[in-house]
Amino acid sequence: MDDLLQEFIAETRETLEALSSEIVAWEAAPDDRARLDAIFRFVHTVKGSCGFLDLPRLSRLSHAAEDTLCEVRDGKRRPDSALVDAVLAIVDRIGDLVEAIDAGLPLTDEGEDDLIAALAPRIGNPATAATPVAAAAMAAGRAPLRSVRLNVDLLDRMMSGMSDMVLVRNELVRRLRDTDLDPAVEAALERLSSSVADMRDAVTRTRMQKIETLFSPLPRIVRDTAAVVGKAVSLTVDGSDVELDREMIEVMRDPLVHLVRNAIDHGVETPMERRAAGKRESGRLHVSARQSGNQIVIEIIDDGRGIDTDRLVAKLAATGQRSESELRKLNDRQRCELVFAPGLSSRDTATEISGRGVGMDVVRAAIDQIGGRITLDNKPGRGLRIAVQVPLTLSIVSTIVVRAGAHRFAISRQTIGEIVNERAANIRVDQLGDNRIARIRDRRIPVVDLCEVIGVAADAPAAPKMLVVVTIGAGDFAIAVDEVLDTEELVVKPAAPAVMATGLYAGQTLPDTGRPMLMLDCAGVAQAAGLSFADAMDLEIEAEEAAEADHRVTALLFDDLDGRRRVIPLAVIDRIERIRAGSLQQSAGRIRLAIDGRIVPAEASDPAAIERVTTVLRLTDGVMEVAYAIVDAVDIVMLPELAPTGEVPGPIAGIVLLDGEQIEQIDPLWLFERHAREAASALVARGRPTCLLADGGSGWMRAFLRPMLEQAGYRIVERVEEGERPTLVLAQADIAVPVPVAGAPVVRLRASPADIGDGSIYRYDREGVLRALRIAAGG
Amino acid sequence: MPQLFLLATIVGQEVAIRSDHVESVVDIGEITPVARTSRAVRGLAALRSRVVTVIDTAIVLDPAAPLAARRRAVVTQVDGHHYALLVDALDDAHRFVPKPLSAGLLPGAAWAAITNGLIEHEGRVVLILDLPAIVARAADAGRVAA
Repeated sequence: MDDLLQEFIAETRETLEALSSEIVAWEAAPDDRARLDAIFRFVHTVKGSCGFLDLPRLSRLSHAAEDTLCEVRDGKRRPDSALVDAVLAIVDRIGDLVEAIDAGLPLTDEGEDDLIAALAPRIGNPATAATPVAAAAMAAGRAPLRSVRLNVDLLDRMMSGMSDMVLVRNELVRRLRDTDLDPAVEAALERLSSSVADMRDAVTRTRMQKIETLFSPLPRIVRDTAAVVGKAVSLTVDGSDVELDREMIEVMRDPLVHLVRNAIDHGVETPMERRAAGKRESGRLHVSARQSGNQIVIEIIDDGRGIDTDRLVAKLAATGQRSESELRKLNDRQRCELVFAPGLSSRDTATEISGRGVGMDVVRAAIDQIGGRITLDNKPGRGLRIAVQVPLTLSIVSTIVVRAGAHRFAISRQTIGEIVNERAANIRVDQLGDNRIARIRDRRIPVVDLCEVIGVAADAPAAPKMLVVVTIGAGDFAIAVDEVLDTEELVVKPAAPAVMATGLYAGQTLPDTGRPMLMLDCAGVAQAAGLSFADAMDLEIEAEEAAEADHRVTALLFDDLDGRRRVIPLAVIDRIERIRAGSLQQSAGRIRLAIDGRIVPAEASDPAAIERVTTVLRLTDGVMEVAYAIVDAVDIVMLPELAPTGEVPGPIAGIVLLDGEQIEQIDPLWLFERHAREAASALVARGRPTCLLADGGSGWMRAFLRPMLEQAGYRIVERVEEGERPTLVLAQADIAVPVPVAGAPVVRLRASPADIGDGSIYRYDREGVLRALRIAAGG
Repeated sequence: MPQLFLLATIVGQEVAIRSDHVESVVDIGEITPVARTSRAVRGLAALRSRVVTVIDTAIVLDPAAPLAARRRAVVTQVDGHHYALLVDALDDAHRFVPKPLSAGLLPGAAWAAITNGLIEHEGRVVLILDLPAIVARAADAGRVAA
């Protein structure tokens, strides 16, 4: 609190000095609005500060003056000379009080009531201002100052001088390293190095300020905001001790206030709504700061209603910037991000709090500008967590140095999400038209080849690239580089306009190597590569659609017996089988297929043609089997939406449109229903022996043996259900047979043709395998 | 009033450079090229602990001129940035009285853009280089060729 008080005293004193000429001017021209505003701002600031500094007298005085000035500003009162005198008396008194506080001297409150009374609109004598004690305090002189106020420019110069010093030291070390070094020189160099390092820390700290200065006005803001919108909010603040670059604090001030106001205005519900939702009446708002590496994370967490993404979409669609269908395609995270869309107010009516012309887009722009990022964690109905990450300081940037061809560049670590090798197992890079898209786990992001962007030859074309995934305001993308070299803390300075004009660079730096290096501006790289993030988002949507398409029904397009083309969902087809002509017979009014020594119910669109059929689709739902006679299979297609036929149930479920042709789709449900009884009984009767494939999941057996075994009449399983017991087990020689099936006969297959006398069978010996299985099943 | 000028040579021509614009005269060592900038911007070089942007004056004059291995440069500061302008050779400093370019004594468009006067030296007229103008033009010169 002491720091804050000192800050307040220094600030008030400074403002008073600046204000003295304004006061004189206002006295001369009471109608001058600019002067009035300046004085109003002063008393307003003092009042605000007094609230949390617990200075009731100053607060009372400034409040009274503010009220009066407010009336003048609103045009309710004319600033007559009595009023001007009274206000000036209070301003003077504020100055006296501040000096007294600083000097630690007592000051009676005698006459203060008169001062305040003098503000009232009446004709009378203005109270005399100065009291004897105040005069005494003034005479005693100011207490020696314990702090000085510095211009940030001066600090900047100190900082840049410091960086130069670090660089000179580096150069000195580099030069001396090459020579035979006298130990005494080396020791001196060490000392120089460490004192430069200390100095750098100290200078860096001069730029640091406790984040308290950012947080301390919050209680007041929360109270006022909540009062205006008729809500109850309890605020908890955490981590006020965290230090942050002054400049950063200044940049963060407005965004933070905006986020807090937003949380109260948009997030927290009214007490009545909260009760209805089963929450306690008073909303909770938690603001915290913590240091995480070389970043500060500021979190604003409320337990309100969260972001209503549906309304957000509707709002944004109404503005006509983007179509509703496009917006509907976004995933939850992307929809949340829509709050950052420019010109958006998710409120239907502008309240006193919102409608200040500051949107979330401005907040994000401010945070982007200092290399920070903002993330939302939305829990609809339960609250919103906003995390703002900002770098600790602007002047020393933590970077990762990368190489593209012969060029080296620094990339701010702030913007880097992760770095992966494009050959890594969970990474896939695909060509998408002219662009390349990396799939990193479940994300698809565009890839920009840095060598192409800067127009240099890459390493050998086949050499694997490293993908540096960076986040810029609009989205994520990956920069492909030849090599990731190092991490380095660098003093980055703006480069010459001729260099900046390329739009690719954020600044220049001189690393310890002594070779100048440029820092990449990732947003510029994206732009130079022709990456627009509207595109990226579209690509992401497309990619997601493609992934969804995989879930669409695939179907077999085939030529039916009656000469028509039809489709049938692929999922119901067990396999397509060639049969001998004449295997299909019509008997007892039904068509049946004789295969593998069994009878399978069959369906044919042209019963007259069944004699010549050589191809059938063997359909199964996992329990029953039905054969469907066809001429030949044509293609595998993705089924578009089905147009149902309005007719009674039949073999045709509806019409689909494929390449402009109307194609009938077979209804497997109808087929199975029709043949249900017979098919089921056929299944029971046939009693196919169950064969368990135990090849340790290598898939070889599934690919090579399963078709042959199924053809031979075995039911193939790759794992046994609870309580099921396979007739026999077919195992690779080196695979342990799963315990539950112990007892069933085991046929072992070996990979080598040489018989080693262990009873195993060479796995490519078709007849041998089948014979062994027959023996095992029979035994 | 006479002022101090450095006499230098670029593309075979004698030129004069106001010495109060020149911070130092150096030989540039290794140059780190800057991708995608104009040809006239040769790159960045470290001078002691400072990074300077190296500009090839010959290419500012003629964007198609061949790159030559020039080393000698004058260092100047424009808008807070340091530049090293490569020249063919540097001679001594002398005091001269600068004169404006006058009608009939015009050096041609490319030269006119980077000069702002002339001096007379041993009977010859010598153009005065306008260093900030060279720096300003460097960003555009030869961008097409880059």
